[in-house]
Amino acid sequence: MQQLIYFFQKYKYGLYLLFLLLIALGLTINNHNFHRSKFISSTNSITGGIYEKMSGLDTYLNLKNQNKALIKENELLRNKLSKLTDTITKNTKKDSFNYQQRYNYISGKILKNEFHKSYNYLTINKGDKNGVSSEMAVVNFKGIVGITDNTSEKYARVQSILNRNSKINARFKNSFHFGTLTWNTKDYNTVQLIDIPRQAVFNIGDTIITGGRSAIFPEGIPVGTVISKSTSNSIDIKLFNDMSNLGSIYIIKNFHKEEIQNLEKQ
Amino acid sequence: MSRKPFYLSFVFIGLILLQVLVLNNILLLGKINPYIYISFIFLFPFKKNRFPILTLAFLLGLCIDSFSNSGGIHAFATTFIAFIRPYFFKVVFQKTEVDFEFFKLNQESFGKIFNFTVILTFFHHFILFSLANFSFNNFLNVVTNMFLSGIFTLTLYFLGNFILSRKQES
Repeated sequence: MQQLIYFFQKYKYGLYLLFLLLIALGLTINNHNFHRSKFISSTNSITGGIYEKMSGLDTYLNLKNQNKALIKENELLRNKLSKLTDTITKNTKKDSFNYQQRYNYISGKILKNEFHKSYNYLTINKGDKNGVSSEMAVVNFKGIVGITDNTSEKYARVQSILNRNSKINARFKNSFHFGTLTWNTKDYNTVQLIDIPRQAVFNIGDTIITGGRSAIFPEGIPVGTVISKSTSNSIDIKLFNDMSNLGSIYIIKNFHKEEIQNLEKQ
Repeated sequence: MSRKPFYLSFVFIGLILLQVLVLNNILLLGKINPYIYISFIFLFPFKKNRFPILTLAFLLGLCIDSFSNSGGIHAFATTFIAFIRPYFFKVVFQKTEVDFEFFKLNQESFGKIFNFTVILTFFHHFILFSLANFSFNNFLNVVTNMFLSGIFTLTLYFLGNFILSRKQES
């Protein structure tokens, strides 16, 4: 017993250090697992609140550019809407359009953006209260941004596509060959499409869109264009989005997600 | 003497806010950031009881982590340099624990301070970037990041030190 107490006396700092380092290491490892890290992240109320204040200042200074982007988006949506109303009134019954809505869009704003690490996360200003839960798609009008990761009452954390854990189903616009979208952490403007079937024919400049084979992303959201064929069936893709300059985003809620998942479980 | 805790807590919170709101957004060449918050470890008074410095270092790192969504990597690196600080103190300044009371960092020669800070900074950055990378791939990336960020941190630290110490004299 005396020996034990003496041992603790002698190495008390070393043991305390070991204790603290183990906590830190535990948190680090937890953070690498998908939606586990609840406490030490930018979704808690203090950090989220401070980021919201700062982002308020930031958006005020960027109002001009934001407005331009919104006008452009409005224009795009109006065009689409007018096309849609044409087809609806001509061809389909209105009932099926109203009652078979599959996706719901929730608008939000990015409070914190990062793109320089190997595992990047964004913080957005919508949470449980607004109907956002984990594993929902996040896009903006140019293309995909990421997938929600964990949520608090008012904020949510988004796993960016610039994250080594990120794997998203994507395909070519002009054919149905699909692959997995990953990131090799080198450049924040290019991502990689891997596991493409060998018989897929494509050219530099082809457009890549999301494949819609998962329950998260709807089909046809633009991703980027092919810039080079590299070896071992992976290709480099230049993103349509400038990931270092993101403002407003949409979170996509899939009403059929549970149904699909239940079906796949059986 | 009673002013010291207030001064330190002010520095603690000030450094966190400075790091999180300003410096984390610099991203020179896309990825290089200074991590100036570790200067708290350099500034903290040397004492025989090392529990306060270890705890504070851990909390400081944890605060930075929770703002930058990085798990516990800053906490790990910062606690580690807080632990090894006294050993390098003995080696670099050639002093023993008896001198802790009367020691002041800015009364030492620049060369010694430089060695002390450089060693601790590079230790911290190396641990930080290895943990952030979290794999043995891209090791070259880790080393270049460490050197570039380290140089940036040290430049900022010495500049800041120079400016602030001048003010106190006048």
